[in-house]
Amino acid sequence: MAFHKINVTINNELDQLIVPSNMTLMHMLRESLALTGTKNGCSAGECGACTVLLNGEPVNSCMVLAVECDGAKIVTVEGLAGKKQLDPIQEAIVQEGGVQCGFCTPGILISSHALLKRNPNPSEDEIREALVGNLCRCTGYVRIIESVKVAARMQSVTD
Amino acid sequence: MAKTDRQNIPSPIGENSPRIDAREKVTGAAIYADDIQFGNSLLHARIKRSPHPHALIKKIDTSKASSLPGVKAIVTGEDFPGYIGLYLRDRYIFCRDRVRYVGDPVAGVAAISEEIAEKALELIEVEYEVLEPVLDPEFGASPKAPLLHPDLGQYAVVNFIFPQPGTNISNHFKIRKGDVDNAWGKCAAIIERKYRIPHIQHVPIEPHVATAKVDETGEITLWVSSQSPFAQRNLIAESMGISHSKMRVIAPYVGGGFGSKAGVSMEALVVAIATKVKGHPVKLLLTREEEFYTAFVRQGLIAYFKMGCDENGRLLAMENKFYWDGGAYTEYGVNVTRASGYSSSGPYEVPNVRTDSHCVYTNHPVSGPMRGFGMPEMHAGLEQCIDELAHQIGMDAVEFRKLNCLKTGSTLVTGSKMHATGLPDCIKKTAEAIGWGTKAPPSAPNKRRGKGLALMWKAPAMPPNAGSSAWVELAEDGTVNVGVGGQELGQGVFTVMAQIAAGTLGVPYESVRIATPVDTRYSPYEWQTVASRLTWSMGNAVSNAAKDAKRQILDTVAEAWEETPEDLDIVNGVVISYKSEKEIPLKSLAVYGLPKPDDQGWRGGPVVGRGKFMPAYVTGLDPETGQGERAVVHYTTGAQAVELEVDLDTGRIEIIKGVSTFDVGKAINPEMVKAQMEGGFVQGMSSALFESLQLKDGFVRNPSFVDYRIATSADTPRDLQAYIVEVPQDDGPWGARGIGEHSMVPTIPAIANAIYDAVGVRLEGPPFTAEKVYLAMLDAGIVK
Repeated sequence: MAFHKINVTINNELDQLIVPSNMTLMHMLRESLALTGTKNGCSAGECGACTVLLNGEPVNSCMVLAVECDGAKIVTVEGLAGKKQLDPIQEAIVQEGGVQCGFCTPGILISSHALLKRNPNPSEDEIREALVGNLCRCTGYVRIIESVKVAARMQSVTD
Repeated sequence: MAKTDRQNIPSPIGENSPRIDAREKVTGAAIYADDIQFGNSLLHARIKRSPHPHALIKKIDTSKASSLPGVKAIVTGEDFPGYIGLYLRDRYIFCRDRVRYVGDPVAGVAAISEEIAEKALELIEVEYEVLEPVLDPEFGASPKAPLLHPDLGQYAVVNFIFPQPGTNISNHFKIRKGDVDNAWGKCAAIIERKYRIPHIQHVPIEPHVATAKVDETGEITLWVSSQSPFAQRNLIAESMGISHSKMRVIAPYVGGGFGSKAGVSMEALVVAIATKVKGHPVKLLLTREEEFYTAFVRQGLIAYFKMGCDENGRLLAMENKFYWDGGAYTEYGVNVTRASGYSSSGPYEVPNVRTDSHCVYTNHPVSGPMRGFGMPEMHAGLEQCIDELAHQIGMDAVEFRKLNCLKTGSTLVTGSKMHATGLPDCIKKTAEAIGWGTKAPPSAPNKRRGKGLALMWKAPAMPPNAGSSAWVELAEDGTVNVGVGGQELGQGVFTVMAQIAAGTLGVPYESVRIATPVDTRYSPYEWQTVASRLTWSMGNAVSNAAKDAKRQILDTVAEAWEETPEDLDIVNGVVISYKSEKEIPLKSLAVYGLPKPDDQGWRGGPVVGRGKFMPAYVTGLDPETGQGERAVVHYTTGAQAVELEVDLDTGRIEIIKGVSTFDVGKAINPEMVKAQMEGGFVQGMSSALFESLQLKDGFVRNPSFVDYRIATSADTPRDLQAYIVEVPQDDGPWGARGIGEHSMVPTIPAIANAIYDAVGVRLEGPPFTAEKVYLAMLDAGIVK
């Protein structure tokens, strides 16, 4: 097994790590860095629970090799909130009851946050489409979709 | 403080308090079982599983695997001879002589990495003698079927389950009420139907995960994603012949359970492996593929219904025969069979009923409890028959239901009386909200629109004496710590318990926290987090504990103020006297008590209130007739309706609108009750439209999210409404009863009835996929 030295910025902190060739980004976050907010639901890129931002784009971190992240910027759920306040999508999900068991929540938050960055006023259809890769078994998605709408409104007020 | 009006004390009961766990869960701070860090001594477990649905084990050779570097232990059935099982002890932790489903555990490996453990599995050689499998429960119940459990007669079993030794029937539950044979002659309309409900899986987004460690003294700790920490302690300790005091289960947040993480499925495997590598924590994390067929599945059902009514539409008789595909072992299947038997009339008053509900061993995955515990499967057929019977007698389906449904005091199928129920009100509200009796035009010429409605009832299916306990403790600053043994699965029970503790004690909701994670060493006993019973049962225990704490506090203050406790109260965290109008905040006495005058010592001290709840009134049922005084603690009832469109070109169904109304007794947190109704509707919809474990010759052919589709954000109805009816439960906290499971019980038949309303076809069972609907329309000549 070959090992690689990578430089990667995670939640605004630059890290240097030595990772084996076959290590996924998800495992690097969860096992090497104990950033366990990123969840492992299927290890196959099908459920979205491990979604993180890779250079601003939402990706299934179980489908990305750690070594590919050399020089990259990663944001996980632990890095969404500011120092003093939650990100609007976090605030909205708390307020609207868009969380139940919470296991899909980190991925939902990252996908929604990315949607609101590229499209500050998404339509209902656009919200549904953006979340289609994030499976949730508890909420029926109703309050999650509502949370994204509320977060969009919160953002437009603060912007 | 101004004088407080006794009648007007602020209370969090009935308020939409924000979820107590929400902030942790949106920041990534919430810890789940796979998030716990164990350091470098952690070993990884993998399981060698049967590739055959039914076979005898002739020989297991682990020598090659043992010599693989990095392998620390290998265990087989030889190491653990004890039986295990919740109601019927019918399996070994690892198979000993025989395998009974594809995936049955044959050996376990612990190694320094998952890769090495996986490699070791390939080196374990198992010789089998393949036997004929049983793949259909109706055939399995017949004398022609090969016997899967020849030792059935020797298994330990609880006294309300009736296995039939010499057959594959692990439980036969009977109802014999009235005179069914004589009643058919009085019927003006009779419907006879057969339904086939496929196996599905719970699909929690968090797969099963358990880590076990055995220390040098033999004490076992299990960190696990679990709905049943105490039941797991009990079952595993008994199976392994160790004291309960040497078995500790620590259970953090559960990433979705839906029943799959109740009882014991994979947890005993990792404990068994850990006994061979003392000092090392050993983790077993199921792959998503394993999750689909080696964790519990929702059992399949073949159901026969016959029902008849008189010319006025009054139900006269029902005859039901259920064959439950319990799978290879029956951790819960036997009790699903019983529950569907004592609920087999549906939420209707029927004078003559004959039911035979069988749990049948097959060579399919092991049946576990799943949200609804047999009720979604049973109602799927029953509520379609009710529609058909109404049509046959020429009545509107809603009017037919209003006429026949259970009302307060109705005689139940088990002979007892229905407690106070708001079911008629649920029907009325649901019908109104869906616009029953009106028909909107379809959205396109190639579409047809329809509406359907269905009712449900469900009781907590549990042993008669399932108990709860709780403690309520005050900290120096007057904040409150509540100990419970029930689990937060996402349903919101920690929030509701905090509301109940705050409401009973008289403190702000925000000052209450729940003592987590649940740890059998410190947490008070709770039977299991199942059966939608916690708000009611654990809620009573928490309320009793808070009352006890309150009594201790008021006694201390009364003594200090030379008043009587009856004149005192706690309001918003402050002890007040209605008589003298004195007041003192809890933080001034919570831990240190109160000084006596003139430095003459102290009174009071640390406050720990304790409470418990166990129903004492549940009676048995006659094994031959299923009749008895009070079979269950209560029934939650409700109704759902849908409006949908069927695409004539493709058969695709779109749910336009969904309406749910349930009688929850009292909504402690109304928005969370509605959230349960929404989530349950969508899970029910998903099971109606998409989900089926495709079993072929005992193999699950679709064990992935690509091949086993669940509802996504794109599928959820755009108009989903939820209504609450509150007819109080006499022994519930503030009158509350459960709602978690009920919300997916009537969804399949509501959708089936709407499909019929739209295009006039009915299918033998779900999922109502586009392909099946299109072919049914083709058969019926609706499309060409």
